[in-house]
Amino acid sequence: MTKAECKEVFALLSQYLDGELPEDVCEQMDRHIGDCPPCVEFLASLKKTAALCRQMEVEEKPPELAEEARASLVEAYRRFAD
Amino acid sequence: MAGDGGALEEFIDVFRGKLFQYTLMMCGHRADAEEVAQDTLMQVFQHFGQLREPEHVRAWVFRIARNACSMKRRKSVYAPDRELSLDELMPRWKQQDGERRLEIADWSRLPEDALLEGEMKAKLHEAIVALPDIYRSVVLLRDMEGLSTAETSQVLEVSEDVVKTRLHRGRLAVRQKLDEYLAGAAV
Repeated sequence: MTKAECKEVFALLSQYLDGELPEDVCEQMDRHIGDCPPCVEFLASLKKTAALCRQMEVEEKPPELAEEARASLVEAYRRFAD
Repeated sequence: MAGDGGALEEFIDVFRGKLFQYTLMMCGHRADAEEVAQDTLMQVFQHFGQLREPEHVRAWVFRIARNACSMKRRKSVYAPDRELSLDELMPRWKQQDGERRLEIADWSRLPEDALLEGEMKAKLHEAIVALPDIYRSVVLLRDMEGLSTAETSQVLEVSEDVVKTRLHRGRLAVRQKLDEYLAGAAV
């Protein structure tokens, strides 16, 4: 494996993880990654990063919606629904 | 939802929570985030009739929120807009025991299904908010909110290829920050 090949793979790793690559490109990626331990290691770290991002929630929550504001929203929706 | 008060209340609470999370991480001010989330819901209800494709309601709601955020603050408080290059996000190579390796932390210590909590959660939050706006918005919509590439493209009014590029660079930048943390911490 050459650094240039790894760099080409590196540019497409998120699309590879997300299943967004054309089949032929995906097969080329499979072949490279299957034979390149550094790319395997790097891919694992990117996959874990994406998995952690999917779990991310901010600690802060909005305060309870004031009754008046809630009533305005419901009224706006009712006008649309009617 | 018409005639179903419970579903409407639930819609309000769920979307308000999601919108608050998005707007807080985009504009960085709690008061602004609350106001934008509420204004967005009001606009959604007032303009429901303009929603041509109900299956794209999430993209439509987040596009309204994104526009409201832009009106509220011209610039993020978090990070200046700048392009991230692949070169700066790719780790360096090194030789170790006669083998060519990448200079990265030992991620194998972190389980595949590791729960996000404690210091790691704080580091991830720091890493996401440190992203320039154009990358942060894509990571929030694609990974945190679970929108598809097509939906994110509609929200941000950019092509799907741009969404893919920005998501990758955003994830790489977050990975890089977590890598620095893992390299220096016992996880």
